[in-house]
Amino acid sequence: MAETAGPILLEAKGVAKRFGALQVLSGVNFTMSQGEAVGIVGPNGAGKTTFLSVLSGAHAASEGRIAFFGKDITAIPAMQRCHMGLVRTHQVPRPFSGMTVFENVHVAAVHNGGRGREAAYQATLEALDLCGMLAIANRQADTIGLLDRKRLELARALAADPKLLLLDEIGGGLTESEAEELVQTISKLTARGISVIWIEHIVHVLLKIARRLICMDAGRIIADGDPQAVMSHPEVVKAYLGGSPE
Amino acid sequence: MTTTNLTSFRIERWTTASVVAVCLCVAAIVALAIAPAVLGAGAVDRLTALFIYIVLAAMWNALAGYGGLVSIGQQLFFGLGAYFTIRIANLGVDPFIAMAFGAIVTTVIAYPVGRFMLKLKGGEFAIGMWVLAELAHLLVNLDTLIQGETGTSLISLNAYDIGLRRNLIYWLALATMAGLLSALFFLLRSRTGAAIQAIRDSEEAAASLGVDAIRTKRLIFVIAAGGIAAAGALWLASAISFQPKTYFSVQWTAYMIFMVLVGGIGKFEGAILGAILFFLIETWFAAAGVWYLIGLGAVALIFSLVLPKGLWGYFADRTGLRLLPVGYVVRE
Repeated sequence: MAETAGPILLEAKGVAKRFGALQVLSGVNFTMSQGEAVGIVGPNGAGKTTFLSVLSGAHAASEGRIAFFGKDITAIPAMQRCHMGLVRTHQVPRPFSGMTVFENVHVAAVHNGGRGREAAYQATLEALDLCGMLAIANRQADTIGLLDRKRLELARALAADPKLLLLDEIGGGLTESEAEELVQTISKLTARGISVIWIEHIVHVLLKIARRLICMDAGRIIADGDPQAVMSHPEVVKAYLGGSPE
Repeated sequence: MTTTNLTSFRIERWTTASVVAVCLCVAAIVALAIAPAVLGAGAVDRLTALFIYIVLAAMWNALAGYGGLVSIGQQLFFGLGAYFTIRIANLGVDPFIAMAFGAIVTTVIAYPVGRFMLKLKGGEFAIGMWVLAELAHLLVNLDTLIQGETGTSLISLNAYDIGLRRNLIYWLALATMAGLLSALFFLLRSRTGAAIQAIRDSEEAAASLGVDAIRTKRLIFVIAAGGIAAAGALWLASAISFQPKTYFSVQWTAYMIFMVLVGGIGKFEGAILGAILFFLIETWFAAAGVWYLIGLGAVALIFSLVLPKGLWGYFADRTGLRLLPVGYVVRE
């Protein structure tokens, strides 16, 4: 286990998730402290996105409990978890395609943080600025490209006033320089004290932000701690390079 | 690190064109309010029908165009609005008050209906609503007051002089239309309006950004039901007679879909324009009978293939004109 620095932010105990007969997560234990940036790696189908969905409330945990800021949130819906500052982005961007870029971000700004009208406008503009999207603020969201849709996911999450940001392959499908831009934006967020859990396949991109890495395989955390140690952990090597998964 | 000066940006919600448009709308409503003084009985009746069409189109547009809840069973509320008006008037209540209660009772019923039906998604919801409308149709037929498909009439309206009655119904339809359109306009401009559209485009993303998706969907469902129920009560008042199969006919929803598709789905102006177009087509061509209906179907088909955003959508995209804007534009 990695050492924990600040007060505990998020705690998952014995979390399991089943879809019918399919066991996607089993006995996941995970604790992180405030201000931490944690990377999640693992082969396809390891349960990474499902873990994020269970944390964000998009899926209910089949077993186990989750606490955020010490409060049990296991039975709390996604909407309220967002109000508490637990905000996610989606692996496949889900823009509100009939609305403009500004309106997309404004939805998040106006439904979180108890902002008034002007404060919500300001938060929206700030999030757009931080993600480099001000120039296309009036574009309809269904007309923007992949990088902008990824940025839009981030800008919306940012406008929701996150304490813990759950990033699901936000760099996936991007070129090296595009991914580098995202890294810079995300490092600005961590500098502001926003904690991050980031799933990414491109490990060297991930390691520019994450000081701690966990590796998942077959619905379990198989290694957790210093990135170098995790990447050379025998089970991790086995999970990536093949061999029997069980 | 970007150092953009954000104070140089402002958010535009009204444009000069939209202020002028709203003023013109108010002027038009005032003019329409005094119009019965100069119009003949036939024209007053036709305009009453137009106001009801606009309400129907605006409500279906709110539900499907903004809320993404495509229903082909909205005749449920049209029929219930009329039915409860008959039922309540039968208790000896003044028919105009019965109309108000007919709409209110239907709106109240819409809440549990919404709680249940909104668990269904997409096509299941659309068809489920139709099934429910058919079920309500059969249940209403069981009421002995209605005398099955023979139907009955809002006889108590005869207590009013025919000329006064015609004008009262006209004013009531005008007021209902103006009231519902303004309420809808301000709702769609509010943060709830933004939530409604976000849910339409991705319910899961909206929920993950703090939007109360369930509550918001129920709200738009109940509003659309209430508006359509009021339209049903008004239609009953102007037609007097009530036959279940006429009021619970899927044709009403087909008309709503036609108006919204042709005018421009998801555009506030679109539904109004579509209703006016439908009204004109009906006025000029309804005498053609079956060919009129075939023509309506063909027009709807052509629009969905060639102009999927409808007339207003096409026009607004070309010109950037926003007369009744519900969105936000960033200006520097």
